[in-house]
Amino acid sequence: MAMIDLTARYFAVFRERAGCESEAVSTSSQTAAELFDEVADRHGFADRRDRCKVAINGALAAWDSALAGGDEVLFFPPVAGG
Amino acid sequence: MAKAFAITAEPIDPDTLKRRLEADHAGACVTFEGWVRDLNEGEAVDALEYETHSAIAAREGEAVIAEARERFPLIAAEGVHRVGKLAIGDCAVWVGVSAAHRGAAFDACRYIIDEIKHRLPIWKKEHYEKGATAWINCATQATSDASSRE
Repeated sequence: MAMIDLTARYFAVFRERAGCESEAVSTSSQTAAELFDEVADRHGFADRRDRCKVAINGALAAWDSALAGGDEVLFFPPVAGG
Repeated sequence: MAKAFAITAEPIDPDTLKRRLEADHAGACVTFEGWVRDLNEGEAVDALEYETHSAIAAREGEAVIAEARERFPLIAAEGVHRVGKLAIGDCAVWVGVSAAHRGAAFDACRYIIDEIKHRLPIWKKEHYEKGATAWINCATQATSDASSRE
């Protein structure tokens, strides 16, 4: 399967658990959801995906969005503004 | 067009913000202030830390205010969310609206604060008197371990 290279960025509890703000990822994941499951497993993220959000290249995106090489994928844990 | 929503690291001044809602044909003004309180779920809280993705949060905040203006007959609507380290009693979020009548003003203010809390990429870390910290609304490792053993 073709691998793509992209950047994953983490916020709040995800950043702390991953131990970094961002990392280069070489992946066979084709959607944002697949990539989330991959990095969540690797870093031990405890939040269910349906409570989290994803942004691709600076804009909020749907979990089934397709990934492309060079994308910057931002993973947001459950929010708590206010 | 002036921005109706902002993310700021500076203290929020409700009195100054409220003046932006004034208009001769406004008959009602409703504002909401979210304050940092000293107790959450029984734990004594020392301080709060808010983290955000400011560009996406600001854009989503603008979208929420635009939706409120479509849904309710408003004259003005504004919102500000503070980020960084906050102390007990600090204002963390401010929402203000003005309208001809109170019904729309109450409903729109409630709509805006509820949507802000659910949609904006803002995270809250509580620092407790006992020294521990917790990201609010996020699962803890302990919970994950417990569920994986089931």
